[in-house]
Amino acid sequence: MTAPSEYALEVANLKKAFGGLTVTQDVSLTVRPGERRLIIGPNGAGKTTLFNQISGDLRPNSGTIRLFNADITYLPPYRRAHRGLSRTYQIITLFADDTLEHNVSLGMLGLRPSRWQMWRPMASYADIKTEARRALDAVGLLHLADHPISDIAYGERRRVELAVALAQQPRVLLLDEPLAGLSNTERATVKSLIASIPRETTLIMIEHDMDTALDLAETVTLLNYGRVIVDGQRDAVIADERTREVYLGA
Amino acid sequence: MKWVGAALLGGSLLLPPFLAGDFYINLASQILIAAIFALSLNLLVGFGGMTSLGHASYLGVAAYMSALLTSRYGFDHGTAALISISGTIAMAAFFGVIALRASGLGFLMITLALSQVLWGLAYRMSNVTNGDNGVTGLTRPAPFGISLDNPVAFYWFSLIVATVAFLMMMIFVSSAFGSSLKGVRDQPRRMAALGFNPWLIRWITFIYAGFWGGVSGLLYVYYHKYIHPSSLSITSSAEALLGVIAGGSSALGGPAVGAALVLLLKNYASAYIERWNMLLGLVFLFIVLVMPAGIVPGFSRLITGRGAPR
Repeated sequence: MTAPSEYALEVANLKKAFGGLTVTQDVSLTVRPGERRLIIGPNGAGKTTLFNQISGDLRPNSGTIRLFNADITYLPPYRRAHRGLSRTYQIITLFADDTLEHNVSLGMLGLRPSRWQMWRPMASYADIKTEARRALDAVGLLHLADHPISDIAYGERRRVELAVALAQQPRVLLLDEPLAGLSNTERATVKSLIASIPRETTLIMIEHDMDTALDLAETVTLLNYGRVIVDGQRDAVIADERTREVYLGA
Repeated sequence: MKWVGAALLGGSLLLPPFLAGDFYINLASQILIAAIFALSLNLLVGFGGMTSLGHASYLGVAAYMSALLTSRYGFDHGTAALISISGTIAMAAFFGVIALRASGLGFLMITLALSQVLWGLAYRMSNVTNGDNGVTGLTRPAPFGISLDNPVAFYWFSLIVATVAFLMMMIFVSSAFGSSLKGVRDQPRRMAALGFNPWLIRWITFIYAGFWGGVSGLLYVYYHKYIHPSSLSITSSAEALLGVIAGGSSALGGPAVGAALVLLLKNYASAYIERWNMLLGLVFLFIVLVMPAGIVPGFSRLITGRGAPR
């Protein structure tokens, strides 16, 4: 029995270099359960690289990542998913030829033992189907459930990404630029969607659209050149001199 | 429409014993064997996105094992078949571990290299395999006391095995596991983030494809009552791959149609044209130009009147 964890996610002294280029330099940060954390920083600050290390797509050169007190630094991505970590991608990676429902179903299947089932047709899992449609309903896309992804608009795909992640009921959800490329109306829709995510899910979000994202965040981490520059409560970080210097352009 | 076509095709498989002479019945049996072989390869190529150029390994090893066990070591056919299939599965599991270290072209080259090793062994280890002379004097099994020595009986036997194989592979690809496999083919990184283990999914599929390759190998050696190193050669692997591509790897039945085409050209057209390989090349060129997705997807699009995909 491990001690109840104080933090949902704990990153300590993380380092990652591609050849001579160090993209993550000694990054440490902690996120409490239920927290809404926004990660900001200019292009090339190492935000997505940090996400890729947390989700397991990339291995850090050194440092540790702990999820609810368990060391996940060297776990493969799928083991992290089973521990309650889910993510969305900046570049949409849905299954274009499959229906919306199938996309969400796949995400749910990934966490169930039935993913190894070789006899029963995928289509016969009524519970997965029901839940997938519920998840699509939650993002307002139930009416398109039977359409292939390639039929729907970009903004709608962003919402499907979110539905796939949310249907997994993650404990920690990483959102990599969930608002990228959306129109103002779509932004408002996705924003209220993110705002409605239950508190059981800890949220860590990379986003450039400060107007929208700051409303969603409680705490903010500012990265620059692979380092944490400022870290703390939203208003304190925004008011900080260094934030203005690096990001907002004083 | 799709089901009508499938039913017609399925029904026509019942006809040869009543309409045709021995030559054509034998040809039909060989088509069924080649079809199982191509279908098993397509689990890797079409559904797994793993293009293998060494699938003859499984056909050849199962065939050689059965041939040697029955002719030299005095095993009965049932036991020999069981050992051959188990051996083939074990070999696929081992080869899978090696080949799945790479993907794409690397995977193709490793599967090719592994199968060439076996081909070389079959040729050179002549104290075991009888080398270039092949293993002769084999018999066909007699399940439930029914002799398979006449062409009609053997055709029914092949048809039953082929039907079971087809249905089993159909169930496999439409299952939850099949969905995972297709997901891993299209977006491995995404699938891993969703909780799937891409390597294990590929490895299991690799073994399953090897198993059906082995089954086709048994039928192959029963049919010919003879086995030669050429069954393990790159030509044997490449013909199956050609069948998969020509028939269409995206349709479940495509490889069976493609395998039939290759076999007909090889066995039938070669009686009239010495350079049947050239004819095969021309036919293949035609398919690639006119129906790039393969014969079956090409025709079904023609019938349903839908435009080219994407």
